[in-house]
Amino acid sequence: MSRYLLKRLSMAAFTLYAVMTITFVMIQSIPGGPEDYIRAQLMQSRGDGSISMAQVSQLAERSMNINPTDPMHVQYVEYMSHMLRGDLGESLHFAAPVDEIIVQAMPWTLFLLSIATLLTFSAGIVLGAIMAYLEGSRFDVGTTVVSMFLNSIPYYIFALLAIAVLAYDWGLFPASGHHPTGADPALSLSYFLAVIHHASLPILSLVITGLGGVALTMRGNAIQVIGEDYIRVANLRGVPGRQIATRYVGRNALLPMYTSLMISIGFMFGGAVVLEEIFAYEGIGWYLLEAVNARDYPLMMGAFLIITLAVIVFILIADLTYSKIDPRVEQEDSREAY
Amino acid sequence: MAERTSTFQTDAEPDRDDRITRSRRELYRERLDLFVLTPLRVIWSDWRTRVGSLIILVWVFLGTVGYWLVSEPFPGDGPRMEPAFQSLEFPLGTTIRGESVFALVVQATPAMLVMITAGAVFSVAIATLVGTVSGYKGGRVDRALTVVTDIAMTIPGLPLIILLAALIEPTHPVTVGIVLTINAWAGLARAIRSQVLTLRDHSYVEASRIMGVPTRRIVVDDILPNIMPYVLVNFVQSARGVIFGSVALYYLGVLPFSNENWGVMLNDAYDSFGVFTSWETAHWILAPMFAVVTLSFGLILFAQGTERLFNPRIRARHAETIDEDNMEGHR
Repeated sequence: MSRYLLKRLSMAAFTLYAVMTITFVMIQSIPGGPEDYIRAQLMQSRGDGSISMAQVSQLAERSMNINPTDPMHVQYVEYMSHMLRGDLGESLHFAAPVDEIIVQAMPWTLFLLSIATLLTFSAGIVLGAIMAYLEGSRFDVGTTVVSMFLNSIPYYIFALLAIAVLAYDWGLFPASGHHPTGADPALSLSYFLAVIHHASLPILSLVITGLGGVALTMRGNAIQVIGEDYIRVANLRGVPGRQIATRYVGRNALLPMYTSLMISIGFMFGGAVVLEEIFAYEGIGWYLLEAVNARDYPLMMGAFLIITLAVIVFILIADLTYSKIDPRVEQEDSREAY
Repeated sequence: MAERTSTFQTDAEPDRDDRITRSRRELYRERLDLFVLTPLRVIWSDWRTRVGSLIILVWVFLGTVGYWLVSEPFPGDGPRMEPAFQSLEFPLGTTIRGESVFALVVQATPAMLVMITAGAVFSVAIATLVGTVSGYKGGRVDRALTVVTDIAMTIPGLPLIILLAALIEPTHPVTVGIVLTINAWAGLARAIRSQVLTLRDHSYVEASRIMGVPTRRIVVDDILPNIMPYVLVNFVQSARGVIFGSVALYYLGVLPFSNENWGVMLNDAYDSFGVFTSWETAHWILAPMFAVVTLSFGLILFAQGTERLFNPRIRARHAETIDEDNMEGHR
């Protein structure tokens, strides 16, 4: 176990390092370079051309942790060490440290996405299992078609339609924001319910358009497992039906879905950008897009880095719990090289 | 399918003089039957692939022939905000500027198709290359490629694409397609790797290895044909990913508006009216939504059905050839 854990942890750390390097390269490849960018931002806010080189590099140092006058390798080391200390620079658009913006935005996104992922997978798995059990029935054929159809609707199109019908037309849900304006963010039940109310439509959009794909995968896996010999043997041996359904079929059909869970974690975090923009839900994705539109590179890179960090952590958790369910994953590396 | 080709070869060798006596035309007919007509028949036999390919064909038709038939829309072509299904001239109504909504949808199709194809080809090619090499070679090469794949898989795609789009501002549909699939290959590469892991120890692969066939030939001749079906299914899946991604990013205004795209339409309609304030204005925003959903529904139907097409057991049951005696005699 400890070796596996070590391997996974170092992999996660290496991924984080790689993404940090990618953001560094991206800042370097800003059209015109970081200096031009800072100069343009300064000229926009002060309105004249009298900006000294020293001012430019000072501001670049503060907002992006990069001093353009230093040689490249010094810039890189500086940048990395600031990142590791949790200093993500300063947003020029919001005139605040990037880490502060992120700390208050991130919980909303995590809240939204963990509920959506949980619901998508549990509903999809249950639906897929029922479909596989009733294979060939009218219910199975019907839900298969519906699942394929739901899977072909992009979540943002569903979100737009949901806003039009459920929010504007019927007035059931709020169309934007993550909590009622002017409400006191206190630990009261009414506040909590209002927060859930505001999150309902974005969550619904992800769940409705995502569960079809999960259900179809689960259905396929379960049908394949039901056809295996060991299920027949278990039947002949007189293992109770419920035990076959949960321990034999359920477990073996669920294991291959692990990869799709991992991919969908990344996908959901990506989708958060579009969803949060549509619902004006001020999570990390909303800030990322604001930053892109304002060409606020420090915030852009910071938000991107934090979204990636969140995905890394989620995948790490999935990975570590997975090895508890399926002991085979720990002994994967014993193959000959050709 | 490697098994298929190899049996074909070994069986065909003794029949060499038989082959010479047969006319060239017959040979072509047989090939046509084996590689074109039989797959078509199998596609037609499953309702999913049948409906799916019909939908895709309609869009390909609209994007090629339709593109030339439907003239480019200009502001002031018709009345402003005419609802859908009122006149033949503007079947899907008009925009606030009097452009035909139908013409806008059709004119955006070719760029969409190019973008989808470019993205799907790029991601599938990279995935196949990385997945097969990594799975087959094993050892240090595998470890290095797995690390790269895992990183690419972990980085959340859409935020990365948004950053790249903001930095390089791609305008050509091919570039946009490639940017949109910049790390979409990773999941597929990993899946292909695990498929190759089970294939690399098959007896015929081992035989090739003992005979000293170079690695490149083993991968191309023995491994690739077996994973092609899986790759093709995923080609369709990543095509769907490109549609979703491009429309989202054009809708958000992250990608520069150089080509007409259904996402540009969505954005335009949304900016003028919000989501939709009344059913009189709804057609403008519903038309591109309908386009996205039908095309991706077609692709999903096709992908689901294709898995049957390539499953050898099912295929054998469905594949009747036009001239069974000929095939029998040949065998």
